[in-house]
Amino acid sequence: MPDLEDLYREIILDHYRSPRHRGELESPPAHRVEGFNPLCGDEVVVTMVVDGGTLQDIKFAGTGCSISQSSASLMSSAVKGKSLDDVRQLIRTFKSMMSIHEAALGESGPDEALEEAAPVDVRTIGELAALQGVVKFPVRIKCATLSWNALAQGLDELATAAS
Amino acid sequence: MALDVETIRKDFPLLARVVNGRPIVYLDSAATSLQPRPVLAAMEQYYETTHANVHRGVYATAEEATQRYESARVAAGRFVGAPDPAREIVFTKNATEAINLVANSWGRANLRRGDVVLLTQMEHHANLVPWLMLSEQLGLELRYLEVDGQGRLDVSALDRKLDGARLVAVSAMSNVLGTINDLRPIADAAHAAGAVVLADGAQAVPHLPVDVRALGVDFLAYSAHKMLGPTGIGALWGRADLLDAMPPFLGGGGMILDVRLDRFLPAESPQRFEAGTPPIAEAVGLGAAVRYLEAVGMEAVRAHERSLTDYALGAIADRLGDDCTVFGPPAGDDRGGVLSLAFRDVHPHDLAQVLDQYGVCVRPGHHCAKPLMRVLGVSATARASVGLYNDERDIDVLIEGLAEAGRLFG
Repeated sequence: MPDLEDLYREIILDHYRSPRHRGELESPPAHRVEGFNPLCGDEVVVTMVVDGGTLQDIKFAGTGCSISQSSASLMSSAVKGKSLDDVRQLIRTFKSMMSIHEAALGESGPDEALEEAAPVDVRTIGELAALQGVVKFPVRIKCATLSWNALAQGLDELATAAS
Repeated sequence: MALDVETIRKDFPLLARVVNGRPIVYLDSAATSLQPRPVLAAMEQYYETTHANVHRGVYATAEEATQRYESARVAAGRFVGAPDPAREIVFTKNATEAINLVANSWGRANLRRGDVVLLTQMEHHANLVPWLMLSEQLGLELRYLEVDGQGRLDVSALDRKLDGARLVAVSAMSNVLGTINDLRPIADAAHAAGAVVLADGAQAVPHLPVDVRALGVDFLAYSAHKMLGPTGIGALWGRADLLDAMPPFLGGGGMILDVRLDRFLPAESPQRFEAGTPPIAEAVGLGAAVRYLEAVGMEAVRAHERSLTDYALGAIADRLGDDCTVFGPPAGDDRGGVLSLAFRDVHPHDLAQVLDQYGVCVRPGHHCAKPLMRVLGVSATARASVGLYNDERDIDVLIEGLAEAGRLFG
């Protein structure tokens, strides 16, 4: 079953079985965001500490499938300790990796999605590339992006609060 | 008379599909059923020979369209034992709209601040949210019958909970647990307490013989697409005296006797509740679905699905043991063919994804019953549900796929 192996790559199963950065940071001082996937009832809680333009710490909690849980784990590993600019760039890259394929699969307005979609060089995203296989399964894209949307929302809220 | 599943399967063109290189195993009838050729043919033939707007024209096809629409109404009513189908069946978009109709029309006319509406923990959102919305506006007291450890309604506190109740709204069969609720005693107690009873028949009507007089309810809501018919049409059966006293729900063409610039006179029920051009071809399809199910016989449908459910519960326990939990009552008279599964701690989305590789269609998620998920202590389940066209091979493939998911996520 090649397709399934594409989806459930070893890195994904590893992060699902042994999630990194799982739990909740004390809030406050950490900033806390909840994300919901109304389709399946999955919930994710992302807590983050931003200081001096850097994402100092991040944890995730909640329930979800292997894709949403491993994506959250991979995300936390990828963004912890990074500058906010780098984090935002990574969020854009990751979401564009998901949306290019959405457009190719005809799932969203193709013109709109193609316009946004900058080519993704998967070599720049390390282990996150393991989630590429998700795009062959359009209904699972929301699982993969759940924690990323929560992180983006959290950064936006912090930026608004600081301005 | 037993149902001949091999012959029946030939009537459903979608069962010929191959997905992911495997013959489709359709186990999602609780979400929506497949359609047999006679239903598809009836709708196509209607569009090819008869299509016209109903209750309007005087030309031949318009008369025929009206006649076919109205005869579908009679069929839909006859199917659930309506004493006077022509007057008591309101066509809606689906069961959800039927319940919203009762909430907005009967509810606004009859409920006041502080009135009690009794629901249950096992309701689909379709039979929860309309009452929550109404309560936001009117300030109702919503009470709930609880679900016990075996997935049955706990009616021990029924009389106490009925105290002050004006309406009881309860599912005839759970879309998550498969529990077939014994509505008669609930309806009798509700009536004794002065309450009106609405049954959500979305799951029961497609799979069991349903007779509104035997159930003793006052309203029954159901959807065509779960009973071999098309999407886009459902029905509300209501007691004639209740419907006659209810104000209109949606306004527009077709639901009036007279309109002036400062007032209008509504039509009699059921036209009063059918504003705008109705789903005519869909009504024709619903009528054909009723005739198909009547020809098979609902007793035979239930017996077949009961035997398949017994087989599935037994085979899952034998082959998967403690790895697999099936929520809901054990095999029995009150157990319908809806199997909500938990497989170890594998998430239902992942289960469904692996099963898809086997061609097996199940539904992962909360099944529009989030309060019930919280009672069960899960965020979601993987739900396999049977129809008259399923057989034991379908269950065997389901179990094969579950075992593979166990290996993958082991």
